[in-house]
Amino acid sequence: MTPIAVMVGSNRVIPASGIVHPVGNPDLDPEEEKRLRRIIVEKALEALWTELTEQKLFPRPTI
Amino acid sequence: MVSQGLRVVHYLNQFFGGIGGEEKASERPQVKDGLVGLGRAIQDVLKERGEVVATVICGDNYFAERTEEAVDEVLRMLTPYQPDIVIAGPAFNAGRYGVACGEVCKAVQDKLGIPAVTGMYEENPGVDLYKRDVYIVKTAESARGTAEVASRMVNIALKLVAKEEIGKPAEEGYFPRGIIRNERVDKNAAERAVSMVLAKIKGEPFAPELELPKFDRVKPPTAIKDLTSARIALVTDGGLVPKGNPDNMESHKSTRFATYDIRRLGSLSSKDFEANHIGYNTGFVDQDPNRLVPLDVMRDLEKEGVIGKLHDKVYATAGVGTGLDSSKKIGQGIAEQLKAGRVDGVILTST
Repeated sequence: MTPIAVMVGSNRVIPASGIVHPVGNPDLDPEEEKRLRRIIVEKALEALWTELTEQKLFPRPTI
Repeated sequence: MVSQGLRVVHYLNQFFGGIGGEEKASERPQVKDGLVGLGRAIQDVLKERGEVVATVICGDNYFAERTEEAVDEVLRMLTPYQPDIVIAGPAFNAGRYGVACGEVCKAVQDKLGIPAVTGMYEENPGVDLYKRDVYIVKTAESARGTAEVASRMVNIALKLVAKEEIGKPAEEGYFPRGIIRNERVDKNAAERAVSMVLAKIKGEPFAPELELPKFDRVKPPTAIKDLTSARIALVTDGGLVPKGNPDNMESHKSTRFATYDIRRLGSLSSKDFEANHIGYNTGFVDQDPNRLVPLDVMRDLEKEGVIGKLHDKVYATAGVGTGLDSSKKIGQGIAEQLKAGRVDGVILTST
């Protein structure tokens, strides 16, 4: 979905964990899943904190 | 006054009506017999087929500030002239004037059942606002090419009154109204598509059959300097709803968004929330809604002081099949709430 976000003009885009669970992953056990969620959210916060002059697609956060 | 053929009433603003410039923008509506100013261009095209029997002139600020009243006054003034058609402007790129022209035409159509036509430059805000309701002829940015514009406006006017079919936007020179009409063509879609791609490869001109949407670019807002004092809100287009969807939120083609108070929640429970969205398999989110809206993690980050505050509201809609117009409206609606809530940053999770 990230190419669409970039195409329509989103400025801060984080590739996350899939369409059906953007900030989750049912294949992981609950603790690990929450850790992944936190990593993605922290990346999002980093994006909010990053000064930009144009759109940026950030690298995919992984565990 | 005896008039033959089409009876036209013309709407103008204070400037084109010859009353004055910006200093006269608060003038209330007035009506004059016959044509004024650009009405001459209309009459020249009409010739013996009709007559500009009256001109209503209103200040742009007066209209903008008291729209309902102004519309009523304008309608009251033009009704006695029994027009067959109302022509407004053209407004070229004058924004307030464009909106006034669009509003007058729409009111004339809706309230009096009289056809109307106007003209504007493509960047005039009146175009996006009224193109679906009113025939808006394309004009240049400034007042030139008026004979051509008048010709197109009169052409549409005559057809509207005669209840003749109006041709395609490109043919008749007006902004597409979003109307889809089936027609037979000689070549099937495969042939037309191949012709188009061959032309493209050869570098020859080709006309797309569909107008591609233009996405505007917004400058990236200034970064948040200090996250520890920032208020962050969560927004989603994944269709988060309270279990059972009590607000009857749309599962696609959304026209609205919902606001959920999550002040007392440390996490989203599958007992209380689910996803209502036909564009993806919602099973995983139904099992654990934090997989869509990361409330649990945000609450932790708030407790640890990584962020200043998690905003007390979550905003949600279903983003599938939701048209650009609705999306803009929903986005603007949410943005207003975020501004009012003094939110510093948003994490929008999308499916």
